[in-house]
Amino acid sequence: MNLTVNDVAHAIESAPLTTLLDVLREELEIMSPKPGCEQGGCGACTVLVDGTPQRACLTPVAALDGASITTVEGLGTPGAMSPVQQAFTHHYAAQCGYCTSGMMMAAKAYLDGGGTDDHHAIQEALAGHVCRCTGYVKIIAAVAAVARGDSFDLTVTAPSVGMVNVGGVS
Amino acid sequence: MTQATEVLIPTSAAEAASAFGDGSGVTVIAGGTIVLPEITYGRLKPEKALLLTRAGLSGVTRSGTTVTIGAGTAVQDLIDQPAPLGPCAANVADLEIRSQGTLGGNLCAGQGHDAPRGDLQGPLLALDAVARSTGAGGERSEPLADFLEDRGNRLLLDVSFEEPAAGAFEAIDYPHTHEYTVLAVSGARASDGTLRLAGTGLADHARLLSGDPETAAGEVPLDNDALASSWYRAKVLPVLVRRVLAELEESA
Repeated sequence: MNLTVNDVAHAIESAPLTTLLDVLREELEIMSPKPGCEQGGCGACTVLVDGTPQRACLTPVAALDGASITTVEGLGTPGAMSPVQQAFTHHYAAQCGYCTSGMMMAAKAYLDGGGTDDHHAIQEALAGHVCRCTGYVKIIAAVAAVARGDSFDLTVTAPSVGMVNVGGVS
Repeated sequence: MTQATEVLIPTSAAEAASAFGDGSGVTVIAGGTIVLPEITYGRLKPEKALLLTRAGLSGVTRSGTTVTIGAGTAVQDLIDQPAPLGPCAANVADLEIRSQGTLGGNLCAGQGHDAPRGDLQGPLLALDAVARSTGAGGERSEPLADFLEDRGNRLLLDVSFEEPAAGAFEAIDYPHTHEYTVLAVSGARASDGTLRLAGTGLADHARLLSGDPETAAGEVPLDNDALASSWYRAKVLPVLVRRVLAELEESA
């Protein structure tokens, strides 16, 4: 069976019920999709299947013959990052980084679908993604910034939303 | 995957029915959201898997006032249906899971003691839906309540129901990675005025309720599991029944 991953065609050797997550990581050595819970609850393995965000851990590869998969590696390069990657960098939207790939793929699909900077709509779009560092405020700020069409100065970090004067020091 | 699994990928409903046969030894995989973790964690080692992705069983069609929903339809594609079905579908998990999980998988799921299963059984019972399935003895159509008793042995093809005059859905959720639906009550008023209520999250599958909040907790089996105690279920069920009745009254 055949799979196109980040615009590169691959003939897949893994057994048909192997998860897409295992195929990406073990067979193709594409490491951005993360094995978190491996039962669909955490969102860390989310990739785009023909443009739609999908849990790689829940998808048997045999169901995807001929599909086109996009992972973070297909979004941009360190020298030419996509808007979502730039926003996550500028807004410091990654802490440990484990959820970041899944968050960015869900954000990419949300924005490609015409998503706005509406806070509630972004929350809905990212509802299946758990950040154990609880960095949601900055993640949502980053997605909203892309939706607004902000440009990002990657030499500086954006001021933290809602974190001004915490601690009461004058 | 240590053993070789025979994987069948039918490309039509007829092929799917023939590949399913009487269902013995066949693991059906539609969206995969329930079955794949079972395989990943080694709790299930299918000998023969039937992958329904390309079987063409999805889609919502309308003929007059009759709505028919193919078993392969994604839960997400039902969120705009009128209450109780739409609000119930929208309350399932998150966008990605709803887009991957199917009506058939949701209706046929076995009981999950640590995660809610079968959310859509409730609204479709309230809608007096008919389930069309294949398996031993061939194709048959029957009330969903009957189908649910035998759902592990059948391949669901579609469900159909009459558009209700009014509907309501109320759920109590438990915050987890998703908002888990602990208990939910669906209600529908048919065009002839008949009121039907059904509960999900009670026990092994959804069940019809009389619609009397005073007797609701005694009408159905109530489980004690990781999601809620039977005591809690007995306390909350009448509250949800009252809310659904009030909503249906408002829309009268």
